[in-house]
Amino acid sequence: MRVLTGNDLKTGDVIWWTGEGWSRHVDAAADAGETAEQVLAAEEAALRVNVPYVIDAAREADGSVRPAHIKDRIRALGPTVRPDLTLKPKDPEALDWII
Amino acid sequence: MYKYDSYDQAMVDARVEEFRDQARRRLEGSLSEDEFKPLRLMNGLYLQLHAYMLRVAIPYGTLNSEQMSVLGDIADKYDRGYGHFTTRQNLQYNWIKLEDTADILADLAKVEMHAIQTSGNCIRNISSDHFAGASHDELVDPRPYAELMRQWSSFHPEFTYLPRKFKICVIASEKDRAAMRLHDIGVQIVKNETGEIGARFYAGGGMGRTPMIAPMIREFVPLDQLITYAEACLRVYNRYGRRDNKYKARIKILVHELGRDEYVRQVEEEFAHMLEQGVEPPLEEIARIKPFFADPAFEDGPKQVDRSDPDFALWVDRNTNRHKHDSYVSAVISLKPVGGIPGDATGDQMRLMAKLAKQYSFDELRIMHTQNVVLPHVKIGDLHALWTELEAAGLGSPNLDTIEDMIACPGLDYCALANARSIPLAQRISERFDASGKTEKLGELKLKISGCINACGHHHAGHIGILGVDKKGLENYQLSLGGSEAEDTSLAKITGPGFTEDGVIEAVDKVTDVYLDQREGEERFLDTYRRIGMAPFKEALYG
Amino acid sequence: MDNALGKSPDEVQFRFRNDEMVDHAAVTVDSCCDQTNATAVRIEPGDDARVLLPFLDRLALIEVNFPAFGDGRGYSSARILREAGFTGELRAVGDVGIDQLSHMRRCGFDAFAPDKPLNEEDAKRAFATWENVYQATIDGRQTIPQIRHGG
Ligand code: HEM
Ligand code: SF4
Repeated sequence: MRVLTGNDLKTGDVIWWTGEGWSRHVDAAADAGETAEQVLAAEEAALRVNVPYVIDAAREADGSVRPAHIKDRIRALGPTVRPDLTLKPKDPEALDWII
Repeated sequence: MYKYDSYDQAMVDARVEEFRDQARRRLEGSLSEDEFKPLRLMNGLYLQLHAYMLRVAIPYGTLNSEQMSVLGDIADKYDRGYGHFTTRQNLQYNWIKLEDTADILADLAKVEMHAIQTSGNCIRNISSDHFAGASHDELVDPRPYAELMRQWSSFHPEFTYLPRKFKICVIASEKDRAAMRLHDIGVQIVKNETGEIGARFYAGGGMGRTPMIAPMIREFVPLDQLITYAEACLRVYNRYGRRDNKYKARIKILVHELGRDEYVRQVEEEFAHMLEQGVEPPLEEIARIKPFFADPAFEDGPKQVDRSDPDFALWVDRNTNRHKHDSYVSAVISLKPVGGIPGDATGDQMRLMAKLAKQYSFDELRIMHTQNVVLPHVKIGDLHALWTELEAAGLGSPNLDTIEDMIACPGLDYCALANARSIPLAQRISERFDASGKTEKLGELKLKISGCINACGHHHAGHIGILGVDKKGLENYQLSLGGSEAEDTSLAKITGPGFTEDGVIEAVDKVTDVYLDQREGEERFLDTYRRIGMAPFKEALYG
Repeated sequence: MDNALGKSPDEVQFRFRNDEMVDHAAVTVDSCCDQTNATAVRIEPGDDARVLLPFLDRLALIEVNFPAFGDGRGYSSARILREAGFTGELRAVGDVGIDQLSHMRRCGFDAFAPDKPLNEEDAKRAFATWENVYQATIDGRQTIPQIRHGG
């Protein structure tokens, strides 16, 4: 699937396109398919996202979304060296998902 | 320490308001990201993996207690309770909001700090010796000259859109603790045959993908021509540095392509012209700046410590540097706890270091390019009390210049340009060497880790260097040996094919075994490598 | 000779001089050197401004082009021309934005013809950004170090 991501203009938070708006959780990402570039341009112009781009990702059997590149997996979760600051601070297995 | 006067303060305040206006225009949409990016970069604001990142300048690495404590407060108020001290003697915050940035800059300005020119293709924060003004082996304190250059380089109208970033370093001893010759311009304050003080210039050093050691370009520049000469160096670079390829735009490439002699010829020509333009600040200006860096009121006291506690004695041996006054030392606070993140400090730790500086070091601290903090003037008689407080706060690691004192850039955990993570390697290596007790046996060993070819972690200059590369989407690491950023500057050579994360940790272990096996007398790792060459190490790694 | 090069006077948005504007287009540096009668010339980033020094007397206008604002060679060109005593109009043209105005002014530009017209209020503020400055340039302003030590 093709997923849109970028950073929130005001806060810098990593965000993912859900089909209707933006979420901080990669699992909420929608397949933007052919419309990706169009959505990007519109959302950037509307100042809702900064430096957006399109990535490849896979929808897993449990419905979660896994970005193809490690860089985007780290963006999705948070720094691997500070599990306490990731989006899943209480999940000891979260880091295994990165590799 | 230098104190702003109303003019310095007005410059910084004006910049805060200018940035507030720029950020407003961006948030309202009248500036596009393409237009805003260079402006935010001029104020040290990057967009990184998880958020905006703000880089705060610590000019020549010197700061006072109040400034350190404000850095801690900002970490708590606007970030997530910590900051990262960098190889450029700066501090980086990793979780900054664009909306908050002007307020942070205003908080910084209140204590005479800023983020000006910590990024962008301009003259960057000027670096210097972290023991400046304290060490026994320096000619003079280099910081007045660094301060003069700081002012000259701030908002320089001609040099704000250079081909590429420009880093200047000023030192004043033969011993190089600041990687001077790996800067775009390195300045060493020296004395000539007639006993006059002046500046020796080096140009065209740098790391990144094409590391180079700066050649000397002028033996002696009189102090009343220092700025004029620097201006000539910069003008030649601004006009002729390459702009067609970002990777060839640093001054090192210009000096290399023209050849040192031709670059020098052009600079001399420009210099002769510049001397007629009256660009040098009046000589009284350096005389005005110098007293700010005058020695504090040192007092005689004990010249030795009580060595009955071996842990304390080890820390004193490892983490203190000889001072110019025999009752004092410079004490290094290690930000490299075993298994920790090199260079990170929490808001609480920053405030504690601020308090200790006030109590024990005439209110002064320094940031080292090796990502540690120095209390420059500590009475030998106070060392035990200081160490006790550091120990209690987890800041007492006795590991200066050992393999555990490695440099590591933020790498793929934070950095948008990274190929691989640096910090986890650093953590695992320090844990492993600490656990095996090998750290002690190895003595001075400089390990430096970068997460990509940009070399923020100085891997080219490591006795052992590690570079993160991308191998078909997987993290991979190249090992190199034999670099140094001290006065015996050299560039490390790659051992051969890269390794996985586990593999490179094994590899570091193996090369240190070769050293332990082959070393003669007091040789450091680097000395042994230089004597026996790469072959035995290669054999151990790939044989 | 390329006559379509220069900016027309109508495109000059800010001007800090009172003499009459040169109303014909500028020529390239190369053709300026070949031609004895050209009074206006346009410098591109890669041109060596010093080539023009023998002709400064007859030049009323020098346009310095900034195809991209990040290419700062034009700042050096401007200072070099002023340092050599050029008193005619020095016009910054091209990708000139609000945030470059004060630096350009300090390097000797006294006219500005931005590709995209700038907001007048923002520009006014930008020209006045620095009440005082550290570096001595050809703009003749007293520097902070000079003021500190009594001029
Ligand atoms: C996380 C954000 C960072 C980014 C995006 C970044 C970017 C870069 C880039 C692109 C270069 C290469 C410049 C060139 O070769 O022309 C570079 C060099 C460098 N950076 Fe960083 N850096 C970052 C963080 C750091 C940190 C944390 C440090 C200190 C630990 C640092 C210190 C340096 C040094 C010392 C160099 C080498 C200077 C030279 O090439 O002469 N940077 N950085
Ligand atoms: S070396 Fe590369 S990965 Fe490390 S901080 Fe610099 S740019 Fe980022």
